[in-house]
Amino acid sequence: MEWRPKIIVFTCNWCSYAGADLAGVSRLQMPPDFRIIRVMCSARVDPEFVLRAFQRGADGVMVAGCHPGDCHYIGGNYRTRRRMALLKLLLQQFGLNPKRFRLEWISAGEGQKFAEVIREFVDEIKKLGPSPYRQIKKEVRKHG
Amino acid sequence: MVKDRFRTLKGKPVTARKEVGSVLVVGGGIAGMQAALDLVQNGFHVYMLESSTAIGGVMAQLDKTFPTNDCSMCIMAPKLVECGRDLNIDIITMAEIEEVRGEAGNFEVVIKQYPRYIDPEKCTGCGECARNCPVRAINEYNEGLDLREGVYVKYPQAVPRSYVIDRDACIGCGLCENLCLARAIKYDDKEKTETLHVGAILLVPGFTPYDPTGKPEYGYGRYENVVTSMQYERILSASGPFQGHVQRPSDGKIPKRIAWIQCVGSRDIKDGREYCSSVCCMYAIKQAVMTKEHEADIEPTIFMMDMRCYGKGFEQYYQNAKKNQGVRFIRCRVSEVREDPETKDLIIKYEENGKLKEERFDLVVLSVGLTPPRNFEKLAQKLGIELNPYGFVDTLFRSPLETSKEGIFVAGAFQGPKDIPESVTQGSGAVARIAALLRNVRGTQIKKKEYPPERDVSGEEPRIGVFICHCGINIGAYVNVKEVVEYAKTLPYVVYAEDNLYTCSQDTQNRIKEIIEREKLNRVVVASCTPRTHEPLFQETLREAGLNPYLFEMANIREQCSWIHMHDKEAATQKAKDLVRMAVAKAAKLFPLEEFYLDITQRALVIGGGLAGMVAALEIARGGYEVYLVEKSEHLGGHLRGIYYTNWSPDIQSFLASLINQVELEPRIKVYLNSQIKKVEGFVGNFKTTLETPEGEVVLEHGVAIIATGADKYIPKEYMYGEDKRVLTQAEFEEKIAKGEIDPKKLGRVVMIQCVGSRNDEHPYCSRICCTQAVKNANRILDENPEAEIYILFRDMRTYGFREKFYNELREKGCVFIRYDEEKPPQVKKKGKELVVSVYDELLGDTVEIPVDLLVLSAGIVASRENNEELSKFFKVPLNEDGFFLEAHVKLRPVDFATEGVFLCGLAHSPKHIEETIAQAQAAAARAQTVLSKEKYKAEPKIAAVNEDLCDGCGICEGVCEFGAIEIVTEVVDDKEIKLAKVNEALCKGCGGCIAACPSGAMEQKGFTSDQIYAMIDAALEE
Ligand code: FES
Repeated sequence: MEWRPKIIVFTCNWCSYAGADLAGVSRLQMPPDFRIIRVMCSARVDPEFVLRAFQRGADGVMVAGCHPGDCHYIGGNYRTRRRMALLKLLLQQFGLNPKRFRLEWISAGEGQKFAEVIREFVDEIKKLGPSPYRQIKKEVRKHG
Repeated sequence: MVKDRFRTLKGKPVTARKEVGSVLVVGGGIAGMQAALDLVQNGFHVYMLESSTAIGGVMAQLDKTFPTNDCSMCIMAPKLVECGRDLNIDIITMAEIEEVRGEAGNFEVVIKQYPRYIDPEKCTGCGECARNCPVRAINEYNEGLDLREGVYVKYPQAVPRSYVIDRDACIGCGLCENLCLARAIKYDDKEKTETLHVGAILLVPGFTPYDPTGKPEYGYGRYENVVTSMQYERILSASGPFQGHVQRPSDGKIPKRIAWIQCVGSRDIKDGREYCSSVCCMYAIKQAVMTKEHEADIEPTIFMMDMRCYGKGFEQYYQNAKKNQGVRFIRCRVSEVREDPETKDLIIKYEENGKLKEERFDLVVLSVGLTPPRNFEKLAQKLGIELNPYGFVDTLFRSPLETSKEGIFVAGAFQGPKDIPESVTQGSGAVARIAALLRNVRGTQIKKKEYPPERDVSGEEPRIGVFICHCGINIGAYVNVKEVVEYAKTLPYVVYAEDNLYTCSQDTQNRIKEIIEREKLNRVVVASCTPRTHEPLFQETLREAGLNPYLFEMANIREQCSWIHMHDKEAATQKAKDLVRMAVAKAAKLFPLEEFYLDITQRALVIGGGLAGMVAALEIARGGYEVYLVEKSEHLGGHLRGIYYTNWSPDIQSFLASLINQVELEPRIKVYLNSQIKKVEGFVGNFKTTLETPEGEVVLEHGVAIIATGADKYIPKEYMYGEDKRVLTQAEFEEKIAKGEIDPKKLGRVVMIQCVGSRNDEHPYCSRICCTQAVKNANRILDENPEAEIYILFRDMRTYGFREKFYNELREKGCVFIRYDEEKPPQVKKKGKELVVSVYDELLGDTVEIPVDLLVLSAGIVASRENNEELSKFFKVPLNEDGFFLEAHVKLRPVDFATEGVFLCGLAHSPKHIEETIAQAQAAAARAQTVLSKEKYKAEPKIAAVNEDLCDGCGICEGVCEFGAIEIVTEVVDDKEIKLAKVNEALCKGCGGCIAACPSGAMEQKGFTSDQIYAMIDAALEE
């Protein structure tokens, strides 16, 4: 069977989750390889969530929030931006290609953009292949 | 500093008459439901009178809705259920008005209720009676395409969900009586009369679809494969006669070629139906698009005269259907439909560009128009209200929701053909008028809902119930729902799982309640559509079942699964399983949350002093609340200042003057001119807005805000505008006529060009008003100067609704209409001194050159982008691609934003006419009052909490919080001073930003704890 990536997408409730819904309402077709986890604001996404996802074998992780300045909670996404920039550096040190992680701004009106971003990201991850952590996870399981 | 800005209300008249705080809503369609819900939220009791056996109206019969292709039942179901379960809405089905006495504020209405022969109090809706009923009758719900039993329920999600016996079909065999365990059958049920006391009456009976047997040339009733658009809706619907498969009635085969014939029973002077039904173009496109979605091989063709796609997002929908979805459009009048008796195929005869043609189809759909509701003529007489010549309620442009009788209001299609969002808007709008009339008796007839005591689930092991929705075929066709149910049963803590055709319907709510009790569930997961629309509905069900509403989690397997993976059922099913697993994992870790209430500043801020803003402000003031009205320019009036006459009124300026006068005299309104918003803080119930006024900065405290900032006129870059002074816009032309600068009597030849700055790449939408505006100005010229030669160069004439009359009058007067194609727009050039317009005339097949005295451009409306972008940031509300504000839901929440407490009306929403703007402003005012009329507001319970054992008072969270909701306090514990973070629950908005910042893991967000999110991550990545 063809390898299918597993991608976790954290979205804020107000913009990006709504954008994903709009993509659905507009019947924009996308590869099925991502799972959305909804939080109220992108600022709720603790960098540890992202690390946990990678640890558990995610091939890619995306955090999506409102456009800068549009956050429903005023400046939540500015914090997200700062945190995620640091996280990206960290990922490299963990031996992960930083391309496996993305931060995107998608508004409630951008169903089209949501679909495009997902398509692109899935393509990108497919090119990168399975996460090295998957291998480790498997081996750990094999050898106990 | 805010307080004494309002003049005190001295000498307020005491009402002599005794007003009643109840309202009669006649009609249970979408407009009626919206009105009923808003009335209750405004503090009024509602009697909802429905002539059929269940509420829901025509919308309950529709498959999908344009322009979002939302499933009609899915978006309507929450409202149906809400109406059904609201203590303050008495639904009286199978009833009509006998007599009305009294006057505005205090009516006595005698109603007659026909027998149901089944006691709705006892009927459980189990359907055992129908399963055993031996007789069959025509199924009206499926528009006669199949049969139903003699004892039946109108449709599966019907409210009330009680069966009814059709006594015309019933043979009285007694089977159902014997079978009914609830003993609900009442063969001796009698007609009842009852007298209701109400303060106002709202007429929302909707419309009756045109009966095309009146047009024998189309063969309806004679040829099996000619169906009406209503029948075709049922054919497309999963709950329809063919389970959502596109089939021909004659032989059940999948048709290859389907034709839609437009304007059947519309735009037909001979038939006495001169008006345009306003919605048929869009529903035909939608049906064609949905048909392709069902069966990609079908070739849809739409036969039409003009495509009237004038609403928000409509033009884009049309262009997309034409360019990307394989829908073919033929511009013509169809003269005849013939049947090939052997194949039952149909041959359509039509005339295109002067040539007679014939074409064969497998199925023909007649796009029937909207006619006034059946049997309402008599009622109108009884009520003493006037109807227009077409049989709709006659209303004035300045008061579109008022009938000719005080205290009786109208909304929805009975006021004139219209689509769902406009019906909803009018439903809300009428509530503003009623609230103004009955404001002194608000809340006097309201009952409070009692919930069963909340079950204490602490210490219990999770017992999760999972309900998975087919959503008709919206999920069921792309996800193997049964498989997901079986899978769900294997998940940890799941003790029960089942699938439902519609998990959101009223009967499923009752079922969920039963199952919660039976299975002792303490957590519930619903896998269906998006929690953004449906979570509150299910939470209410939990509450009614005695469970804390926060023991609930949703898996979005429609918007985020079935609808986006339509071509890979296996993957979609797998994903649905994953999403359910994630939701279950989170659910297992949920705990009850406590709700609390905040005070509300019962005052509104209206931004924009144009027509929309002034009307909204006046309505709120008349509803009894104070309003700040902010205008950035030096005077009130907005675009209305440049409108002098319309087709309906010769004098708009005096209307404007009286409106401004009313605003200025209204003691509850405080106007700020030359003022701009600088800053907005707070949230619903407690906004604080900083204004920059000529007198300096002011801070306004308000509970709600209405955005009514209007839009801009498009300034043409084309057609030599600005280069030659004989080229004007319609607005400039009108002004010059009104001011006497242009004398129509002296005009020779005038050309008007439509769609300037609209329906193109830069502005892909239709500006809606320009066709009517051109017609108005052309009529004006010809009225004064019948000799003038006028040419209107257009793409589609969009004089929808009753405006068609003025278009026809203009044609009568000899105005020449030339259609141009968007690919070949007219050219304007100078030949010597002469201004010449040349255009390719499709009918002639040649280019014509017209030397003109005056060229008038129908310039469109554009969003005030910069302005809107700024406001959108202030209030955290979105804009659409064209720069107009984007409402919470295009269909059913047309004046709300997803951000609570902020509302929208007027051109800031999209281009629209005066009467439409007024109704929309009234709607925004009514919606705003649903907040203002309460003293307390339910606060977000999903907020931050501190684990004091872990907190070391470092204060990082305090700096992170955008709302100043965290404070570091010093407490003395065991004689030691320690620092601790404290969350102010009234200020915390629940973003969770502080939690991610906390270095010691002491912060948590209720409803989104780290524990819960980790559980979801782990579940998502489980192999
Ligand atoms: S709410 Fe969307 S990023 Fe904060």
